[in-house]
Amino acid sequence: MALDVFAPWDDPNAKPLIQFQNVTKRFGDFTAIDDLTVDIFEKEFFALLGPSGCGKTTMMRMLAGFETPTEGQILLAGEDIGPVPPNKRAVNMMFQSYALFPHLSIWENIAFGLRRDKMPKDQIGERVEEMLRLTRLEKFARRKPHQISGGQRQRVALARSLAKAPKLLLLDEPLGALDKKLRQETQFELMDIQETTGTTFVIVTHDQEEAMTVASRVAVMDHGKIIQVSTPDVIYEAPNSTYVADFIGDVNLLSGKADPQGDKLHMHWAEGQPAVVGSPLEGATKGQDVHYAIRPEKVSISAEKPENAANAIQGEVHDIAYLGNISTYHVKLAGGQIIKAQSANNRRISRRAFTWEDKVWLSWTDTAGVFLER
Amino acid sequence: MRRLLIAIPYLWLLALFIVPFVIVFKISLSDLAVAIPPYTPTLDIAEGWAGFKAFLAELDFENYIWLTEDALYWKAYLSSLKIAVISTLLTLLVGYPIAYGMARAPEEWRAMLFMLVILPFWTSFLIRVYSWMGILSQEGYLNQVLLWIGVINEPLVILNTNIAVYIGIVYTYLPFMILPIYAALEKLDISLLEAAEDLGCSRFSAFWLVTIPLSKQGIIAGSFLVFIPTIGEFVIPSLLGGSRTLMIGKVLWEEFFSNRDWPVASAVAVVLLLILIIPIVLFQRNEQKQREADQ
Repeated sequence: MALDVFAPWDDPNAKPLIQFQNVTKRFGDFTAIDDLTVDIFEKEFFALLGPSGCGKTTMMRMLAGFETPTEGQILLAGEDIGPVPPNKRAVNMMFQSYALFPHLSIWENIAFGLRRDKMPKDQIGERVEEMLRLTRLEKFARRKPHQISGGQRQRVALARSLAKAPKLLLLDEPLGALDKKLRQETQFELMDIQETTGTTFVIVTHDQEEAMTVASRVAVMDHGKIIQVSTPDVIYEAPNSTYVADFIGDVNLLSGKADPQGDKLHMHWAEGQPAVVGSPLEGATKGQDVHYAIRPEKVSISAEKPENAANAIQGEVHDIAYLGNISTYHVKLAGGQIIKAQSANNRRISRRAFTWEDKVWLSWTDTAGVFLER
Repeated sequence: MRRLLIAIPYLWLLALFIVPFVIVFKISLSDLAVAIPPYTPTLDIAEGWAGFKAFLAELDFENYIWLTEDALYWKAYLSSLKIAVISTLLTLLVGYPIAYGMARAPEEWRAMLFMLVILPFWTSFLIRVYSWMGILSQEGYLNQVLLWIGVINEPLVILNTNIAVYIGIVYTYLPFMILPIYAALEKLDISLLEAAEDLGCSRFSAFWLVTIPLSKQGIIAGSFLVFIPTIGEFVIPSLLGGSRTLMIGKVLWEEFFSNRDWPVASAVAVVLLLILIIPIVLFQRNEQKQREADQ
């Protein structure tokens, strides 16, 4: 039995929960969001990823109601939410700084939103206890925010924003203040909570690893535009531009002239080097400028020239970055270009096959990399 | 070296507070005399131990009993308390919006606004109070302007009433209210207000549920800084207040300089100090709490 894959974005009949329709936001002369259109579906874990200043936070603040679009509209379940003030939206936000009320206990912080809704007292109590259980904070209910650790504060902020059972939860760099180990644990916790509650999550982050881990879909942003929206594996394996390829993970980028030959595309990219061979780029004509992106882990490194490899280049080991589990070799070609190749360290370091200034061969198959137009 | 450093504030306290207080307390236990100084007994060290014993025997609490017998004194204490409480509330009402506006002003304006608040301190306090007489008197600027606009037909009688005293106190002590509240509001993280709105608060309820509680320490500090000196205030009621404005500071002055009754005046001062110890201790506690909260 095949698993039912969660992919409403591929279903033409699915109704999106949130629709950005040609939304533009300007602050004076500065355009933070530039004619942006995107759909987010119910129960999605949607990540907005980009460098600082790319407009991802502005998008989130427009969803929360702290900013209104200059042009275009944002629909939540089919209704334009432009004129709805933040306190009347079925949207809650978890702030980057957590924004816990320092004068209230953890319990009161979580109950804050419920009390504003004039919920009966006993129901508030039940709901708060439920949230405390969900975030494993039962023991800390009576403490004040400054009496608990950073990780616990993060969970309080999450519990508080989930307490009102919003249609949409916004998370602004939710894990930014945590150290790496705690961050990784919390990422999985976040995914679990998202699945249990069935809430739609929109997360803003500049950490690509975080976005890849938690999100069902990732939107890579730059200068107020979404460059690519897709599932993490597509973003990684089939980026639509050198910007996306470069932003997500480590990559070798080569540029040259296209030369279609049969069902393969060749790219002449450097004097004295063999052409790069790969799957064709649609519409590429002979002589057109194209780019080639290949991930370092897809480049093999060997002492002898491998037979039958679609791509093979000779170079010299220039630098080795030893990361414990893997090593990244920076290989210098005859023309001075550097290509990175990664290999798993399944042997102890003393038995490493290559060292500085060794002559080596780099090779990869004709499907390992992608050609890009821009 | 460390002991020396710790000793400095204690020496300061001893020389400028404990010693004067002991002297005043001693005078309050003495009797009125037509002499220089105008009280007996005075300690004659030359007579040694016997002289000291005789000196102690002559001290008594007569003047304190007198304070309870004449209604003037407790009425003056009560009236001072009332004026201090009302003017503290008025100062808070005027000062809070100013502090709030300063804390929300663009960053580059704040230094200038801060300067404007403390600028009046550059002029003599006495001159500033005198100029209020020029503003508030029946022929003063305020009445002239109001008559000219046509709001009133008869000049208002403000000077030499309690209203003038309130105006004077609010004006004089306003910076002491503004600065601590400003300090508290400036630290306030705007995202807390956004979080409150996000969770369903209106702007007003966010202010009431978040801004006010988080500026509580500033409100308390400012209120004490106004309340404590106002109780003993002497210059403002005597210049702006009328003959019916009864404040303990004025009574104290009259006992000292009009009646030349130093012992009773000292007793009045000692009781005033005892009354003030309560709010001062509370103030200290508040400061302590704030310091702990900041850590």
